[in-house]
Amino acid sequence: MQTSDSKESPREIVVPGDLLAISSKNAGPGTYSEGGKIFASQLGIKHVRPDSISVVPLAGQYIPYRGDLVVGKIVDIGASNWLVDINSPYPAPLHVNEVPWRVEFGETGRFMSIGDIVLIKVVGVDERKRIQVSMQEHGLRKLSGGMVIEVSPSKVPRVIGKNGSMIQMLKNETGCRIYVGQNGRIWVDGELDNIVLAVKAIRMIEDEAHSLGLTEKVKQFLEQNSRRGA
Amino acid sequence: MGGTPTDLKLIDENGRRIDGRLPEEMRPLKIEAGVLKRADGSAYVEWGNNKVMAAVYGPRECHPRHLQNPERALVQCHYNMASFSVDDRKRPGPDRRSHEISKIISEALTNVVFTEYFPRTSIDVYIEVLQANAGTRCAGLTAASVALADAGVPMRDLVASCAAGKVADTVVVDLNKEEDNFGNADIPVGYVPRTGEIVLLQMDGDLSQEQFEKGLGMAVEACKKVSVLQRDALKRRYAAKADEGAEPTEIREGA
Amino acid sequence: MGKDVVADLKRDYISKLLANGARVDGRRFDEQRPLTIETNYIGSAEGSARVRLGATDVVVGVKLIMGEPFPDTPNTGVLTTNAELIPMASDTFEGGPPDQESIEVARVIDRGIREGHAVDMAKLCIVPGKEVWIMFVDVHVLDYDGNLFDAANIAANAAFKTAIVPAKRAGKGEDYPLPVQHQPISLTAVKIDGKILVDPTHDEERVADARLTVATIENGNLCAMQKGLNGAFTIDEVFKVVDLSRRIGAEVRAKL
Repeated sequence: MQTSDSKESPREIVVPGDLLAISSKNAGPGTYSEGGKIFASQLGIKHVRPDSISVVPLAGQYIPYRGDLVVGKIVDIGASNWLVDINSPYPAPLHVNEVPWRVEFGETGRFMSIGDIVLIKVVGVDERKRIQVSMQEHGLRKLSGGMVIEVSPSKVPRVIGKNGSMIQMLKNETGCRIYVGQNGRIWVDGELDNIVLAVKAIRMIEDEAHSLGLTEKVKQFLEQNSRRGA
Repeated sequence: MGGTPTDLKLIDENGRRIDGRLPEEMRPLKIEAGVLKRADGSAYVEWGNNKVMAAVYGPRECHPRHLQNPERALVQCHYNMASFSVDDRKRPGPDRRSHEISKIISEALTNVVFTEYFPRTSIDVYIEVLQANAGTRCAGLTAASVALADAGVPMRDLVASCAAGKVADTVVVDLNKEEDNFGNADIPVGYVPRTGEIVLLQMDGDLSQEQFEKGLGMAVEACKKVSVLQRDALKRRYAAKADEGAEPTEIREGA
Repeated sequence: MGKDVVADLKRDYISKLLANGARVDGRRFDEQRPLTIETNYIGSAEGSARVRLGATDVVVGVKLIMGEPFPDTPNTGVLTTNAELIPMASDTFEGGPPDQESIEVARVIDRGIREGHAVDMAKLCIVPGKEVWIMFVDVHVLDYDGNLFDAANIAANAAFKTAIVPAKRAGKGEDYPLPVQHQPISLTAVKIDGKILVDPTHDEERVADARLTVATIENGNLCAMQKGLNGAFTIDEVFKVVDLSRRIGAEVRAKL
């Protein structure tokens, strides 16, 4: 079997409680160590690096980490913040100090209202999972028009691809504007036919997230179905 | 545990049980992971004549709020029997028995879930018994563990479960309905194979200390077999796709 | 909360596609999702079926127990239909006693069966005025992706077909097959942006303006209807749904 473009082979699926290693390596994400042994804590694919061992999860909810780019929806408005649903078990308040406008106390509703879609960044998560989000960095903003679809957060790395290769190809081939949130929400805007094509391609990535040559398959699909330039 | 009708022979002269099994032999067990679309994780278990479905939602915001724990996730199990799951139609909705079973299964699962990763949330586990034939709490706990893993919930291990008991003065595993109705004792056990610990234990009937020790040992051996099938079910769900190999995936570091 | 939020966001997409004559899952407007029927699924029930309509997954169990007839119908059995919209099936369902939604589902299923005379209830009388069979039809929803009405209706009809009256167990002679006489099949359609779509998915139901369920029997006659949601249908739209119900009902009946 050809595994030339795979770093390690075979891909080993592990289940919580599986022994991964008896060593002094670091127990990475998806694992835990006990008595000098490292075990899987999540259903996923075993991933060995020179100094650590981890499990790439095959499923799971979105749990916010500092630095994550997420697509959220305003679900409530307070006097000095907006409450944003970011598809996680934790509500994310967006404070008026974290938006690019000067907002007076009680004036929040004039800037964004319930139902608005926002591209924001997680800037703080404490040990109690209290979340802070921000819209101040370059590129973060309210997203108008377009549509949002949702994929399993564990599939987000595949939608983005290595060094962003997959998402770049999707953008190039469909001509759509696309933002992928770490929280599994993807915002797509463009011509309707192109949106439909992009959504189909994303569903394909989701369904075949762990198969070989996925980038090539998606590329073929897009080229066959793209009407651009026709 | 009722009296045995005189014409019912629970153990025959060859030491075989009413359904032909040997004392340490389990009923056929089939486990499937990821069977429902809407739930975050799910599993289906057919165990003898039991048919049990488990589904997991979460971790998600905990309602009602006063149940929230600021430091941990709450594992909330809801065990329910379909009205057509037993010979005499059961009134829909929870009764005292199902509340008790929900509680002990929640506690058994909480032991293995890394609840500290998800403060203030709830992990909801729904167990639906579609067809009941003794041992539904063990089948439910077995299915629930697989559903939790299928939902991507971080855990130390999967809880495996099986009962032992006594029929016609013989210690046996995995009682069927006749054995449960007319036997002398029942010991449902929830077991964590990796540590060898017991996380669910009940007993009713009459056992000598020796019989109890033997029964518990047999239940644990059966749980180990259950564990193999649980793990196999989860791996099978993804095996076909992963066998083709996959491109290296970027992992988020520093979790 | 998460899934509800996204469902709202899909409205725009669903609408835009409909304007171009397409549905999100690629179906025609008058096309039912793939249907699979598994009968005798539950050994502890007198009749049962598991039906999958797309990703909607329901189990219907039929139980027959002896009881007393209602005083005004001393010569017929009693039909009781119940639906459990359990939280396993969707994060939009809640535990606890039946709410309005599950009561509506149960009553619409019941109406189809009762008014379509699916079962000859007179043959479920044992001793007039004293003893009859009480037939419980229990709908258990495992996975919810829209259109419970039709999935449960089809499952009930399939369950009847294989159901046995347990007379022997009750000391009332030999067991006999449930006296089935008709197969009232329902079809549900929704209206979104003026378009009529049959067999809606959960996402389509959530953005629908109006819903209509029509049940028909073999000869094409109508036996039960239910209009739901805040929107309205034109008379022509109602006729259209009736036509669709007669056509698709016959197709479903052929699969039972």
